[in-house]
This record gives sequence, structure tokens and C-alpha cells, in this order.
Amino acid sequence: MLVVVCVKQVPDTTQVQIDPVTNTLIREGVPFIVNPYDTHAVEQALRFKDRFGCRVAAISMGPPNAEATLRKALAQGVDRAVLLSDRTFGGADTLATSKVLAAAIEKLAQEEEVGVVICGKQTIDGDTAQVGPGIATRLNFSQLTLVDRVDELDLSGKKIRVSRKLEGRHEHVEAPLPVLLTVVRELNRPRYPTVAMRLESADAQVEVWDNKVLQLDVNTIGLKGSPTWVSRIFSPERAKGEMLGDGVHDPEGAAQLLIDKMLEKDLLAL
Amino acid sequence: MTPQTVIFTTLLVASLLFFCWSVYRRFSLVFYGQPEERLDQPARRLSEMFLYAFAQLRVLRKPFGLNHFVIFWSFVILALANGEFLVNGVFPSVSLALLPEGVHRVLLLAFDVVSLLTLFAIAFSFIRRVVVKPPYLDSLYVKGRSPEAFLILSFIALLMLAYFGMHGALAALGVENDPAAMPISSLVGGWLAPHQSLIGTVYSVSWWLHALVLFAFICFLPHSKHMHILTAIPNCYFGALTWPATQPREKFEKGAVYGVGSVERFTWKDLFDSFSCTECGRCQAACPATNTGKALNPRQIVHAIKTNLLENSHALREGRSGTLPLIGDEGEGTNTEEAIWSCTTCGACIEACPVLIEQMPKIVKMRRHLVETESRFPEELLNLFENMEQRSNPWGIAPGERAKWVSTLPVKPFVAGETEYLLYVGCAGSFDSRAKQVTVALATVLNAAGVSWGILGKDEKCCGDSLRRLGNEYLFEKMALENVELFRERGVTKVITLCPHCLTTLKNDYRQYGLELEVVHQSELIAELVRSGRIKLDRKDDSMGRIAYHDPCYLGRHNDIFDAPRTLVQAATGTAVVEAERHGRNSFCCGAGGGRMWMEEFTGERVNHARVDELLAQKPDTICVACPYCMTMVEDGLKDKGAGQVRVRDVVEVLAEGLLRKNA
Repeated sequence: MLVVVCVKQVPDTTQVQIDPVTNTLIREGVPFIVNPYDTHAVEQALRFKDRFGCRVAAISMGPPNAEATLRKALAQGVDRAVLLSDRTFGGADTLATSKVLAAAIEKLAQEEEVGVVICGKQTIDGDTAQVGPGIATRLNFSQLTLVDRVDELDLSGKKIRVSRKLEGRHEHVEAPLPVLLTVVRELNRPRYPTVAMRLESADAQVEVWDNKVLQLDVNTIGLKGSPTWVSRIFSPERAKGEMLGDGVHDPEGAAQLLIDKMLEKDLLAL
Repeated sequence: MTPQTVIFTTLLVASLLFFCWSVYRRFSLVFYGQPEERLDQPARRLSEMFLYAFAQLRVLRKPFGLNHFVIFWSFVILALANGEFLVNGVFPSVSLALLPEGVHRVLLLAFDVVSLLTLFAIAFSFIRRVVVKPPYLDSLYVKGRSPEAFLILSFIALLMLAYFGMHGALAALGVENDPAAMPISSLVGGWLAPHQSLIGTVYSVSWWLHALVLFAFICFLPHSKHMHILTAIPNCYFGALTWPATQPREKFEKGAVYGVGSVERFTWKDLFDSFSCTECGRCQAACPATNTGKALNPRQIVHAIKTNLLENSHALREGRSGTLPLIGDEGEGTNTEEAIWSCTTCGACIEACPVLIEQMPKIVKMRRHLVETESRFPEELLNLFENMEQRSNPWGIAPGERAKWVSTLPVKPFVAGETEYLLYVGCAGSFDSRAKQVTVALATVLNAAGVSWGILGKDEKCCGDSLRRLGNEYLFEKMALENVELFRERGVTKVITLCPHCLTTLKNDYRQYGLELEVVHQSELIAELVRSGRIKLDRKDDSMGRIAYHDPCYLGRHNDIFDAPRTLVQAATGTAVVEAERHGRNSFCCGAGGGRMWMEEFTGERVNHARVDELLAQKPDTICVACPYCMTMVEDGLKDKGAGQVRVRDVVEVLAEGLLRKNA
């Protein structure tokens, strides 16, 4: 059985600023990182590998430099890495993205049965949380989102039982395989690659698949296949706070002022 | 040949053969270690050996060391007497009496006096272990009152008593060659003289006692901690010629092994160190981890290496790795991961060891194995490692914010040829809100003195200190190479650092990458500016009250900077700092070194609490530090101790405040 994990290279959003004139993200000089949720997805896939000996493939759609993200997954121990990169894939919304990823998973499935696909719950740049479910829908897989614990993967019975982390509660659910999981940070602690694995991965092969490989209708992928587009992006205005009291010379007075203010705004109510 | 000679010779030969075999079995194990260069500069090595092994400089740092000094030198002198005894036992015609009479007389007097001194010293040793036992004599597996310790002391005492028995009897019989040269033996002879019938028995019993104890000693020595008699002197010869403030580079290539995960991965010197330890406990008495109830005891690290090596010796001889793990669950011969992660790399253990054992570097070697081969480390470090790799600072703050502290000041970028010094601000000085105030103070002082300096701004990267001490050498090397390239590209040659950790990394660690920088800690540079009159402080600023100074380990012990910060405070305030009980070379860590800054402290007392208590004992109004980590630890410690009224200042802040007051 093959476990496929989807990863994405994202700009380090702590370092992203919005260009006030063009209203777009300033990406120059901003380093790229692996989408943090995806690192937990990789870890879960590797735990399935450790436990059941199944193979793990990591796939990513992105520009050629997204290879670094896949290389990191290789360093952590995935067996195969495929970069889906083609100009026609560019500018994709979540619909077009999930279409390409689903096609790649189907292609992988021609070689080896895919039992589980794992994605991060969302990416930190787009924050839509739609790509995972989009893939599941296209592949007609069961979908379990927001997974924070895997209770059991029963390969012979072809089913999985997980806990989902919802607002204020947990849900324990079971689904038949094949399944797509989207995972939250609480699921696990990603492993840190050993030096040996890093050196191995530096020479490992990252396969690059373009649309010649996937053979998708160019009108259904990339910008052309994307029904949504971003009309405007902006930083929310944040009201500037005021300075209260003198914390340096009169800390107690300042604290009192702060408490009064919080009481006034009803922030301390139980 | 008399029957006595035959028996004596047989026993002697057997003892010597057993001794040689034991020594060979033990010392041959050392060769299972990895290679390490410790044979260079023989002249310097000889002088170190003389200072530490023969003059016992480190031993004498503790008052009771004098007792050891006496025993050591008695042992050296009596080696001659014992040698004579052994040779004479086999060849009764050969003795020191064959020497010129004058020389012989001096020797006899020396033997007599020294034997008595030894008896007293052994008595003191007994009293120390039985009555006033200092706590550091005990470790988990070796106790101060162990049978072994008493056995060895008894052996020595018996040898001395037998010596006086023999020579007293000879004196009483009037057959001693030169009783006038042997005042103590003659005294004993005087006591024996009235009991003529007993004298013969006393002599025989003493002679055989002397012989048998000596044989037992010879046999027992290589199997006990008293093996140090054989190893301590060479260990001082092989000691590090430069203070081990840095760790060696690793070679990253496929198939290589990183760090030390099993005992034979240590170098031969590490293994020899373990055979040189006498379990004196001075390292554990100095260790901030041991002192605050952590799992780490540097002495136990060394003991574990020895025990592990001996336990696994059979396997090693067969070319296998041993079955007793070097790192694993609690047990003799194994180091726990908790112990390995408790080290602050402060170097107090190295400083304390009388025989120049290097404990701390062994811990870092094991950390390397855990991080690089096993990928096992405390959970908090994952964030640190990721932050370092992705954003080149421990907090994971956006690198673009590195130069935000300059907002209030006119600060220029560093330009080679136009700017003299690069001010390497470091992560704390750039991002930590309290340390940023120190950076501003430093900038103010540098400007006031007209120093030409500039910064790299957002191009500055973390030096990687914590990574190296935590054993993440792979990532450290990556960052070091980036920095070395950046410094070369920008033509940096002279650097001022705010933080002693940056100082040591740029100065000592980057040298391994072929980058020779002239690196000064801010306190050094400013002390020099004050001395040369470029900073004038006419009016002394006494507003800081009584100032206690805390020596940062990486400034003091690791880089020998003790006076500059003190001079600076004195120049600014007109009064000398008050010293904590442990200060200077023997200063006690704040708890943040060796990457401990980024880890939780779950066990025992907090190191910073222990340190703050010690500083508060001096009743200071202000505590001065010279390191951003110490700043955080001391400030936090004071808050926890409810001593928030005591201020914490970096030394440069004291000076800056003085300057500002002057200008106001």
C-alpha cells in the first residue's frame, strides 16, 4: 500500500508584508518554508511506514524551487518525491490545484494501490483548507478532516479510526479506506532528520511531472481552470492603542489603570 | 638462597607479572578510542605536567589539597625506599648503603621524616572521610566511605608502620647502619629496647607486613581508582594546551558516524581521562547541574566511561560494540539522556579537575550523537533548531526585524575601508527587548568615544553558538559557513560583540573555518577606551549603590576576560564591585549556557535561583552582568526570589548611564 502525503512550499508568513500600492504580497527576499501543517502530515505518513512498512510518496505542486520542500520530506524518510511543475499549473485556485494533485495521486495509484492520502489541514498562505477535501472528492475517497489522533489503521479490514479536533469537542470517527486525512498540529511532533538522512536526501531523485505526464485539459487547470481569483488583499486596519500610566516609575498605578480599563470594557467578566 | 628470599622473590615476581598484565589489559583498551593529537609541543607539555602533576597547582587550590601534596611527594621519595626494599629482598647484598655515605644519610633522614608525615596525612585523610566528610566525596556509584578508599589508606598506613617497625627493631638491636640519621626509627627503637625478646619478632613481622602490603598494593593498584597513581602524571602531559572552549569540527559525508554513541567512539584521550579520575569530586562540587539537583554529575560521566569501557572490553577485543549502552537508562556505566542535556557547558568541571580531565567536551560529543544520529533531544529544541535553520535566530522572529533597535539612533551600516569595527549585535541584542537596551547603551558609548563602527543590519545572521553546544553540529556548520562567507565578502576584520557567546563563536569556533577575526567583547574595548582617555568620566556615578558582578562563563572562564568588566564598573562608579563567593575562574553559571537557555528546567532547584541567592548574599543594590543570557537569568531569578528592588545592569549600561548623567 502506498501512503501519499501532499506538501506545499509557502512563503514564511511571519515575514510577509503587503505592498500598500499594489495590494499584493511582497514575496521578494521572503524565505520559503514547508507549510507547517504539512510537516505533521509527513510525520503521520512516516509513522504508518514505521508501523506497517508501507511506502510513502510525497507530492507537491509548485515552481521548480519547491523541490527544496520535497527534499526535506525525503530527509525525514519518505520513499519517493514528485514535484508537479508546469507553467500551465500556475495561478491555480483550490479547485484547479486539487485537480492536479488528484491526477497525480491517480497516476501513482496505477503503480501501487493508494490507501491513505494525508494533507495538512490548510496552508498558512492561502488558509482555505479546501485542497484536501477537493482531492478526496475528486478521488472519491472518504475524507476525515482536522485529525488530531489516529486510533487505528486496519489494513486487512480496510478501515481507519481517528479523532477529529473540532471547536470545543472531539469527534471519534471511522471510515473505510481509501481515505484522505487533513491533520492538525496536535497530531504529532515531526521528526528531525538525522544527518545521514539529510546527506542521503541531498542526492535523492525528486521526480518532476509536467502536464505531458498528467495529460490534463489545460482549460481545467492553472489560471484558466480557476473560477476564483483574488480581487484585493490588504492588512486589516488596527486601531492604535494608547499609552496608560508610567510603568517604569509607577508600576502599581499603571497596573491599576489597566485593570480599570479592562473592567470598563468588560474584559474581565467571567 | 634462604627460604625467605625464595618466597619473597616468588611473590614479587608474581605480583609484578600480575601488575604488568593488569596494566596491559587496562591500558590496551585506550587504543580502542579514536585518534586525537596530544603529542605535539613536548616542551609545553612537560611544563604543564610539572605544574599540575608535580607542583600540584590545582590540587592545592583546596586547603585539604596540601594533605594530598604531602602524600604525593612522600610517595615519590619513598618509591626509592620501597625500591630498595624490593631489590634487597631478592639480592640481600644490594642496598642504598652502597651509595656514598653523605647521600645515604640524607636519604635515610628523608625516608624517616617523610614516613612520619605520611602517617599524619593518612590520619587526616581518615578523619576527613569518617568525621568531616565533604558531600562532594559521594557520587551515585562511588562513596567517600567506600571500602576501597579505606583499604588504600590502610595499605599506606601499614607500610609506614611496618617501615618504623623494621627500622626501629634494627635500631634497638644496634645493627642499624646510621641510627643518627633516622630520628623517628631511633625513637621507636628506644621503645623496643627494653623488650629484647620481642625485637626479633617485631622485625620479622614488620618485614613481612611491609612486603605483603607492598605486593598487595602492586596487585590492587591497576584495578582500583588509585590507578591514578599511574595515569595522572601522563594525563597532565596529554592535557589540552589551550582551554577547550570550542568543539572540533565533524566531517559530513555519507557513511560517517557523528558524535559518540558508544564508548569506543570517544578519543583515546577521553578514555585515558576516565582512567585518570580519582573520584575526588571537585568537578561535581563546581557543577551547576549537580549543585541544583540535576541528573548530571560530571564525575559520573567520567566514571561511566571507565565502567562502560571495562564492561564492554570483552566485546571490543573481539571487534564488536559492547552490550552495555553508553547512553540509556540509569545504571553504572551508562549516561542518561537527562544528564547529557543538563550540562550548561560552563566549563567549571574542567577548571576544577586537578589532573586536567576534560569532562564537558565529552558531554557535547554525546549530544552530537543524540541529535545527529538518533534525532533524540528535548522537545523544546525542535523549535529552536527549526527557527535557527529557517530564520537564523532562536526565537524565529523575522530576520527583517534584526535592525529594529536602531530606530532611535543614527547607526551606519558596516562598510569595509570606511568603518573600523563591525558591531556584531547578535540575536539577543537584536530581538530581546531587555538586551536591546544594552545594544543602545553600547551604541551610545561607542559614539561618545568616537569609535568608527557599523552593523550588518538585516543581513546579520545568528552565530550558531547554541547549536554547537547542543550538538547540532550539522546545522552549526551550515550557519558558520554562511557567516564566514558573509564576513569575507564584506571585508570584516575587526568585530565588537555584545554577547560572550557570539564572542567565543566568532573568535574560537570560526577559526576552524580559516577565519581569523580580531574579536573583542564590548567590555574589553570600552575598558580600553576608558584607559586611553577616549572616554572621560570626571564625575563618578554612585547611583547604582553597591554593585555585585556576575562573571559570565563564556566571557570569564572560556575567554579569560575577568578584569575588563570590573575595571569598567570601577571607572564609572568609583568603587570596586563586590564579589560573590564563587567568582572569576570559579564563577557559578547562570544556567543558560550550552543551549540550556532554550530548554525547560524540570528537575531540582533552578540554577539561576542558586546563583541569585549567592549574589544576594553580598547585599547588592545592583547586579552587573556582561551577557544577555545572564541578564535574563539573573533578572528572572530576582523576580522569582522577590528581590525585584535589586537592579540588573550590563556593565556597559553602568557606563552609559554615567555618561548620560554627565551630559545632562
